[in-house]
Formats: sequence, C-alpha cells, structure tokens
Amino acid sequence: MISPAVVLLLGWMLVPLSLTIYFSFLRYNLITPGANPFVGWENYYWFLTDPSFKAAMANTFMLVGGVLLITVAGGILFALLLDQPMWGQGIVRIMAIAPFFVMPTVSGLVWKNMFMNPVNGIFGHIAYGLGVQPIDFFSQIPLLSIILIVSWQWLPFATLILLTALQSLDQEQLEAAEMDGAGSMSRFIYIMLPHLARAITVVILIQTIFLLSIFAEILVTTNGGPGVSTTNLTYLIYVSSLLQFDVGIGSAGGVIAIILANIVAFFLMRMIGKNLDA
Amino acid sequence: MNVKSLVKLGKGIAGASGLVSVIATAAFAEEITIATVNNSDMIIMQELSSQWEEQTGNSVEWVVLEENVLRQRATTDIATDGGSFDIVTIGAYEAPIWGAQDWLVALDDFDDSYDYEDIFEPVRNGLSANGTLYAVPFYAESSFTFYRTDLFEGAGIEVPSEQMTYDDFAAIAAQLHDPDNGVYGTCQRGKAGWGENMAFVGPLVNAFGGRWFDMDWNPTIDSAEWSAAISYYVDLMNNYGPPGATANGHNENRALFADGKCATWVDATSAAGYIFNPDESSVHDKTGFFQAPKQVTDKGTGWFWAWALAIPKSSQKVDAAKEFLAWSTSKGYVELVGESKGWVAAPPGTRQSTYDNASYIDAAPFAATVLNSILAANPADATRDPVPYTGVQFVAIPEFQGIGNYVGQQVSAALAGQQTVEQTLANSQRFAVREMTKAGYIK
Amino acid sequence: MARSVTTARKTANTIVAGALGLLMFFPVLWIIILSFKTEGDAIKAPLEILFNTGWTTESYGTVQARSNYFKHFSNSLIISLGSTFLGILIAVPAAWAMAFVPAKRTKDVLMWMLSTKMLPPVGVLVPIYLIFRDLGLLDTRTGLVFVLMMINLPIIVWMLYTYFREIPGEILEAARMDGASLREEVIYVLLPMAIPGMASTVLLNIILAWNEAFWTLNLTAAKAAPLTAFIASYSSPEGLFYAKLSAASVMAIAPILIMGWFSQKQLVRGLTFGAVK
Repeated sequence: MISPAVVLLLGWMLVPLSLTIYFSFLRYNLITPGANPFVGWENYYWFLTDPSFKAAMANTFMLVGGVLLITVAGGILFALLLDQPMWGQGIVRIMAIAPFFVMPTVSGLVWKNMFMNPVNGIFGHIAYGLGVQPIDFFSQIPLLSIILIVSWQWLPFATLILLTALQSLDQEQLEAAEMDGAGSMSRFIYIMLPHLARAITVVILIQTIFLLSIFAEILVTTNGGPGVSTTNLTYLIYVSSLLQFDVGIGSAGGVIAIILANIVAFFLMRMIGKNLDA
Repeated sequence: MNVKSLVKLGKGIAGASGLVSVIATAAFAEEITIATVNNSDMIIMQELSSQWEEQTGNSVEWVVLEENVLRQRATTDIATDGGSFDIVTIGAYEAPIWGAQDWLVALDDFDDSYDYEDIFEPVRNGLSANGTLYAVPFYAESSFTFYRTDLFEGAGIEVPSEQMTYDDFAAIAAQLHDPDNGVYGTCQRGKAGWGENMAFVGPLVNAFGGRWFDMDWNPTIDSAEWSAAISYYVDLMNNYGPPGATANGHNENRALFADGKCATWVDATSAAGYIFNPDESSVHDKTGFFQAPKQVTDKGTGWFWAWALAIPKSSQKVDAAKEFLAWSTSKGYVELVGESKGWVAAPPGTRQSTYDNASYIDAAPFAATVLNSILAANPADATRDPVPYTGVQFVAIPEFQGIGNYVGQQVSAALAGQQTVEQTLANSQRFAVREMTKAGYIK
Repeated sequence: MARSVTTARKTANTIVAGALGLLMFFPVLWIIILSFKTEGDAIKAPLEILFNTGWTTESYGTVQARSNYFKHFSNSLIISLGSTFLGILIAVPAAWAMAFVPAKRTKDVLMWMLSTKMLPPVGVLVPIYLIFRDLGLLDTRTGLVFVLMMINLPIIVWMLYTYFREIPGEILEAARMDGASLREEVIYVLLPMAIPGMASTVLLNIILAWNEAFWTLNLTAAKAAPLTAFIASYSSPEGLFYAKLSAASVMAIAPILIMGWFSQKQLVRGLTFGAVK
C-alpha cells in the first residue's frame, strides 16, 4: 500500500539524481556546446574551492538560524498573547495569518520596493520625516533584510501551530500552579514550555525543510549581493548552473547540497524523531 | 446504432467542421511564442502586434520576463533544444556567440522591401557571426550623459563643447549635489550584473586606460588602471549619488532621473525617448545631453548595444516567426509607431530612414547626438592597449557573463562599503583567472 | 473555577494583539491601497497617500491590458488543484498503510520522504528540463501538475499519516467485528474521521502549489504559465511601477488569500502535524 508513493518518490529522486551525479563528472557547459568529456572530480574541485562557497555555507546557516530564532521566539510570544482573553480574536488571527498566503516572489518585491527602498519606500519616508538618514537595507544590512522578509512570511505558521498547542493545555494544571504561588514566569518555564516542546520541534522541522532552499526572495531583492553577502547554497548553485550555465559545476554543487541536506535531515530526525514518538 | 458509432460520427463531424474553419480563416494560421523583456518599446510592440495578427491570421503569445530571467530561460531552452520559444529577444552580446554556435536561424533572406542596407552597418555587424545576420535589430543604443539644463544654468556651469574628463564630471556632480532638496549630483548604475553596473563600469575602465584581458587572455583586473577607475566610481557614487544605489539599475535610474532627482546620468541613449516624453517625464523640457566623459583615453567611452529579435533553431514555426520579424523591424513598423504612439517613441538607432524622416528629427531633439554616438562606438577598437577581444562594455566570449556578473557583484560590494577596492579587484582577478583556466584559455 | 478577567486587562490585550495583527497584515493592506492609486501618487509619503490622493482603478486596467490574467489564473487553479488531488490519491494508501500496518522501517521511510524535500531544485533543473523535453511536457499543465505533486507529496504523506495515527484502532476493529469489509471500513469509518485532517492537508497543499515559483517559472513559456510567471513580468519594469506592481500582486495573491481566510479554521485545526495531543 505504501508502494505507489514510495516508487514515485524513488523515481523522482533517483532519475534526476543519477543524471545530476552523471553530469557532475562531465565538462558540460550549455553555452559552449560540443563533446562533454569525462573530467573526474574536477567539477567538485572547482565548486569547493569557489571563493563564494564558504560564504554561501555561512549565509545558509545564518539565514535558517535567524529565521528560526525570530519565528519561534516571536511565535511563542504572539501565541501567548492571542491565547489571552480579548475581543475580536478571530479578526486578529485573520490579519496575522495573511503573510503565509503571499507568494514569496510578491513578498520579496513588495518589501524591496514599497518598504525598504530608501527613496520611495515607507521606511525611507519615515526616516525622511524624522530627519534622519534612511537605512539602505539591501546594502547596509542585506542578509538581515532577507531574514526579516522571510520571517514575516513564516511567523504566522509558527504562531498558529504554537497557538493550537497552547490551547490544548490543561487549564486546571495552570490554575493549580497559580494557587501554589507559581509566578507567571515559572508557570511559563515549567508548564507551558514543556507542553510546547513538541510543537516547537515540528515548527523547526517543517521550516528548516523550506528555509534550506530559500531562493525567490533572494532572486528578486539582492541577486545574492552585494558581493556574496546574501548568497546561500541554493543561490550559489543557481549562479553556477543558470547564470554561468556550467551544468557540470552546478551539478557538483547540487550533489554537495544534497549530501549536506541529508546530514541536516539526519540530525534533525534524530533530534525530532524522538520527540515525535512521544 | 450503438453508442460507439454515434461517438465516432460526432467526432467525424467535429473534425471535418474544424478542418473547414481552419482553411477558411488562413492557410497557415499559427501561434508563435515570443520571449521578451519588459521595456517600453516591447510593450508598444505587444500592443501593435494585434495589427499583424489581423493581417496574417497568426497569433502571438508573449512571455515577458525580467532581463536576467529572460536570458537564463532563453539560454536553457535553446541550449537543450527545448523549443519553447519561436522568437527570443537577445542582445548584441548573445547574437554573434549564439549565431556561431548554430543555435539561431539565419535571417538574411527577407525580401527587398526590408532593405538591409538601411540598417546601420555597425548594428548589422554587431548582430552577425561570420558575415551572416542572425538577429534583426529592434533598437540600438550607445551611452551618453544626460544632464539637467535648469540646474546647470542655475549653478552657472557651462555645457562642454568637447568631451570632458571624468575628473571634470565629478566636479560638476559635486557642485550640483543637493540631497536636502532631493537632487543628487549623479545617478549611475549600482545594481550588480554584467548588463547593469558593469555596462557603466566597463566604459569607465576603458576611459581610465584599463582592459579585461591582455593579448594572452590573462585577466588584468588587478591593474592600476582598474584600481583608479573603481576607486573613482565608489567615491563618486558615495559622495554624490542617491541612497540605495546598489539596487539601482537602468530602469530605477531612469525613473529617478525622470522624477527630477538626478542632476547628471550617464546611460543608454535609448532612454532619451522616455526622458523627452512629456507623458512619462517631469524633466522632458529641461534635459540636455553630451558625450560620455573620457579620462586618459577617449577610446571605448561610449558603449554599443542593440536589442534584437532572433529565431532559435529549435522553433517549429520558423516561417511565421520570420514573417513577424520582417514586419516588426521594418521601416513600416517604425512609421507605425511614429504615427500611432508619437514619433519621440519610435525605435531609435537602427535605420537610416528613421533619421531621414523629418517628423522624427522634429520630435526627437536628441536624434543627431544619438546617431553620432552609435556610429562612433567601435567594439573592435575600444581600449587604449591592444586586446584579443571585441566589445566595448563586454567581452564577446561565452565565459564573459559569468566573469562579468561576479565582478559586478564585487563592485557592488565595494559600493556598499562592505569591502575595499583592493579586495574587490583581488577577488575579481582571482575569479577571472579561475574561470579562464577552467575554460582552457590559460594553460 | 474560571479565572476572572478584568475588563481593563481584556481591553489591553485586545489593543496590543490588534496592533500586532495589523502590523503583520500591513504590507498586504498597503499594496491593496497602492493598487488603487496612480503611479505618481504611489511614490508619495505614506500619510499623503492615505489622506491626500484620489482613488482609481487604472492600474488594474493597464495590467489586464498587458497580460492575460485569466489565462494565468486558470493555469494556477488547474495546477494547484490538480497536483493536490493527485497527491492525495497517491498519499492516502501510503499513509493508511504506515499508520495502521506499521512495519519496522515505516518511520525511516517517512523520514526519508521528508528529506527529499530538502534537495535544492536548482541542482536538478537541467536533468528535469531534458526529461520534460523528451516527454513533450515542457510548457504543459500536465507536466507542472506532476512536478508540484512530487515536491509536495512528502508533506501530504506525513500530514495524513499523523491524522490517521490518531484514529483509534479499536474503532476499526469494532467495525470489522460487525462484518464491515475493508472498503466499507474505509468509506464509512475511516474517511469521516479523517475528513478534517484531509481538508487541512488539501488546503495547505493548494497554498504551497499556488505559491511555488521556481519550477512553475522554469518549465513554462506561454501556455501553461501560472500567476507566478505573471508576477515575474512586473518585477522590474521601466519608469514608475509601484501601482502596477501592487495591482498585479493583489491579483496574484487575492484568490489564495480569500480561500485561506474562509478556510482558516479548517487549515489551522489540521495544521499541527500531530504536534498537539
């Protein structure tokens, strides 16, 4: 019964993957057609010694880590707030969930132009109104700007999952703790946080899967720059294979990214698999 | 009669009537797919193409993409023989390279009314490989300096009659820089990309006496000439440029200039039609122009570029595509645009007949200067020192776009203040050496 | 004993949460506002735009004149619905088997499926492009339905698996004791219980497929191009473009936003991946 899905996924993985591995050993550039001779590990050598490679690794790590930090912390705070009694909770929830439905391309373009543009963007106008120098987001704090945009998109997701988890918390347990004189801080640390652990791991798992291959937001805002300051691994492979059209090196980069993704997946599953079994 | 035969009958009738209607409308009604960039000339072409559709019975599907994405999509599709596009918009960089690789259909067999001789010779040469024309020009451009006549007058700056130096240019930018009143001394491209910031930086390096490669294809980006040029660029932009310059490409700067935010701007001559168009620009009556500046040499100081349309070999509808090209780059089309959209919007730089037309000369005060700049740009002799390549703001080899993009990114990092000019040039040189070694130029 | 809450506290909560919600929503609200302004007005200072400019629908007219919105819209609709339902069809048996007939390796298979989602798509574009060319799938909705189904399949399987697992096995056994066949068991017992979970899986996948921008842009030209390609043509046009970009953006996100809002209860209820017990 599992088999159709497994067979399809295996095919989906194996056919392109074996082609990718095959290409990674060829000198294969789209813009210089001709024979594609076998060149051994040469492409791997070029990709790994690419001066941008180290930066791309660091940026990928910062991007995933930064967004996770903001969305998990912000999500917990937001969920705690929404869990409080208030009027119009439904409306607040409708407003807060909106970013999750917005296409990555659109949110990249909108933030870049209507908000972060130092001359015509809203932040620029505000700075101008206050009489201070506007921040030039994509040249002064490029990576942070991308992190902020991506966090905006994923914060609703984290909030909703955490809120659902919070609402399933046994109120009587909380009240009992309160009666025993536990402060709100210790109630949070000893009762709520352990209860949320499972939801937090799910948020981390799902988001990591999507954040490792962030692409559209970078493409429409900074094109990986200035320099390589917003180039992540996905973008670097894009540069090699689709801007320099070097399919050989791009494929080598793809294979390396797949290996790295599997290492991350392995640790993530170890860490989270346990939590999910509980 | 059973169900099956009923279905068969139905199919037969539908098929026959379908066939009849096809014959009735046009002998070879076809749908061609055109991949193009989102600039105002192409938008006009989209609008006017309905006339061609009516005349021929064919139809056109447009795929409009941003320049970089277009280049990537077109290259992927053509190189893999995908056949998704019947016409692609390409530039003076791709046309000779792709033509030589046998990716494009030769376009030298249009009938006499097309009048190939009417197309300027440098434009034809720029789009040919081994003497065969592989792309037909939609518009051609060089670069020159736009300036605000009112600001020059107000500050008492005299308009130069000779080509000025970049040092003089910087002095003018300094004098007119007035950010408190929303006017920046100069706007230049800062967005990374070989077709963006490097289109300005390339001719700047030429003016400072630099070159990309020596006669043995060794990169010379770490030279003193490059260092002087890039330092000049970074200082100029940081001192007298608008904020956020690293995000500004041609379109962004054009919007800034049209909005009255720039005192000077060195960029494509083709933007003149937009800047002088009262519907689009608030400075249409107070803009002038002069040559792009020189420095130690005046060679290669104005670039050469053409946007052109070409047919991939993988297209299944070559005849219909050719028919469209013969229409959309003809003399008649130029007139059609002139009559229906105003002569100032007519596609510039491609045909002598456009410049012989009194209506165009009247509507476009910049026409003569543009023409002179285009005819003066010489891709075969654009550097002070001898080089093994052709091209003013690019190097006509397939490897250039990778190198140009990387150097463009590095230069934008220097502009953003993230690294020094020395680091920028050292990184760029190392990358260029790597690429040229990989490609087998350097043994 | 229910906790008593003062009105003042409730008011404060409402204000703070409302402000934060509005902050999150503001970018969307802002493009809706800008889309009804002229290009010249759209770059003015925010307060001036709000209180000192007129309203117009000309940007929508321009966008519609330049690109065929309904073609892109129907492509998006077909591709996201098609890939989601095809995915569900394939994922239900797999998830059912994993949940009710667990084998030793079930967990590993599941984790491996999820890890396939971490592969960077750019790395395999050229191989996929070549395969699509040979199968004649370039620029076809069929091709995109297949690709998007594949990239979202792991998520679908996992979500369904977590819902199915929460269905107590005893109920199925009881049904079996009463003589229900496997088919009846699935239709009358399993499906009704799984419907909320399935609904939320479907919704999430429609959203993911609707917003996917790499494959949809790279494997299409004119005929199958969905709304992501429509947006791509407004990313860096000439001259002033904020109003047009806003209008195009609103047109691209509105359908999914409205669907999301109407179904947010179902979406949220299921959006826990078994995280809440």
